[in-house]
Amino acid sequence: MFTVVAEDIAKSYSRKVRALKGVSLSVDKGELFGLIGPDGAGKTTLFRILTTLILPDSGTASVCGYDIVKDYKEIRKRVGYMPGKFSLYQDLSVRENINFFATLFGTNLKDNYETVKDIYSQIEPFERRKAGALSGGMKQKLALSCALIHRPDVLFLDEPTTGVDPVSRKEFWAMLKRLKEQGLSIIVSTPYMDEATLCDRIALIRNGSFMDTDSPSGIISKFDRTLLSVKGSRMPALLKALRADDRVHSCFAFGDTHHIVMNKSVSADVIGSLHSSLLARGFDDVEIKSIAPNIEDCYMYLDTINR
Amino acid sequence: MKFRKFIQPLEEGFLSEGDVIRAEGLTKQFGNFTAVDHISFTVHKGEIFGFLGANGAGKTTAMKMLCGISTMTDGQVCIAGYDLKWHVRRIKREIGYMSQKFSLYEDLKVWENIRLFGGIYGLKEDEIERKTELLLDRLDLRKQKNSLVRSLPLGWKQKLAFSVAIIHNPKIVFLDEPTGGVDPATRRGFWEMIYDAAEQGITIFVTTHYMDEAEYCDRVSIMVDGRIEALDTPARLKEMYNSDNMDQVFHTLARRAKRDE
Repeated sequence: MFTVVAEDIAKSYSRKVRALKGVSLSVDKGELFGLIGPDGAGKTTLFRILTTLILPDSGTASVCGYDIVKDYKEIRKRVGYMPGKFSLYQDLSVRENINFFATLFGTNLKDNYETVKDIYSQIEPFERRKAGALSGGMKQKLALSCALIHRPDVLFLDEPTTGVDPVSRKEFWAMLKRLKEQGLSIIVSTPYMDEATLCDRIALIRNGSFMDTDSPSGIISKFDRTLLSVKGSRMPALLKALRADDRVHSCFAFGDTHHIVMNKSVSADVIGSLHSSLLARGFDDVEIKSIAPNIEDCYMYLDTINR
Repeated sequence: MKFRKFIQPLEEGFLSEGDVIRAEGLTKQFGNFTAVDHISFTVHKGEIFGFLGANGAGKTTAMKMLCGISTMTDGQVCIAGYDLKWHVRRIKREIGYMSQKFSLYEDLKVWENIRLFGGIYGLKEDEIERKTELLLDRLDLRKQKNSLVRSLPLGWKQKLAFSVAIIHNPKIVFLDEPTGGVDPATRRGFWEMIYDAAEQGITIFVTTHYMDEAEYCDRVSIMVDGRIEALDTPARLKEMYNSDNMDQVFHTLARRAKRDE
């Protein structure tokens, strides 16, 4: 049985703003499921519906076997939710915050210490400090502890790593992995495409719709175009030249190279012919390689064909 | 009461011909805590300078001092030819600033935001009008001219925010995590705008948590615990730290951090 099931969920805030246009997903027990997409794609709306904070216009969903409309009280006992903007009380201390959230669920820190130990022990030395005076990384750990204090079966994390530096982001994902191993189901949203590969399965979300739902490797294996990386000394000029080439479907900067998705009907020796046409335009130090796509390549490709 | 030591003006030639920022021993102390610890660097005219570091390494504090929002505890800094200790107001006219958190007035219309920032930066009436027309065309916002900024998608807001930050054609623009939260294509579109501005001779000083964006910079500095641990071109940094990409370089350096944010 799936821990979270959503069928064709739609939600509009006004006639113009259609936040979700019918999305479906299922999350297994102990699964780490990622919602990957930019701000405004509908991630937060889906979280609010699944955590029973708002009602969908249409569609059905259940969490831990309970219906999100009829049995919302049961669901609220069983889910932990960490909203994008921290839900901490800034003028309460670390300890007061955790006590407060524990009390809401009729429990206390002592009884559930084992559940939060891995994370809470890192902020325990600062127990008397006000939450508002904590650094971003420590707030994040406290908010996660507060979401876990009642031993939920499902954890909803809305953009927990936005604005966090790459090193702290990696630490955070290591914590999620340990929680998942304890059998917790986790749904996490992120705008960072590199975090997608750390999930068991992901949904690529854009404008209120899922472009695809699969394991990261499954999504990558469906990429059916030729993908090339191009490197040279005049990168901005190279980008413009590549976009003007009619064999190129799309072209974007990717760190120190450009990634280009070729049109479907390109010849086998497309690298050679591209090389010579670039040379003719004065790009004499260009290096072209055929590469395997990553999740960001897939997202951007699906984005171009769904537009 | 503590007396601050007498401040000497900068020596003639402190800033070399091809440079636009020079900082020597720039420091900020909050009580016993040294947020920025004697950092020294120069930024060349027209370059894209990446200013990286972990959360709490001191980036924002350093940037605030450079923009004249926060006063320095110690050090010598020259920006666009002016001494930061003496000519903060003059410097503010030569720079632009955009941050992810605050850049536009959501309750004002698109054209009103352009008008407001043009006015703040001291542009003349006819110049503002000309710039407004130019920006509406360039950003493809003509239809949205009378829409509230609040109603625009985030990616458009960022492009508009960047455009108004450079509306007065500053020598330097400071960008504090300008690309957070947008989709990958929009993020790259934003960087293409940065390239265009750099080509027009505007120096770009930018912080980011996306390590692929570090690769788009001409030079990159990485702050750890208030100090600049490394400063060079992305290519040389990768070579120096034996890494395939800037993400690895960042991890190698940031792992040395001792203080907790």
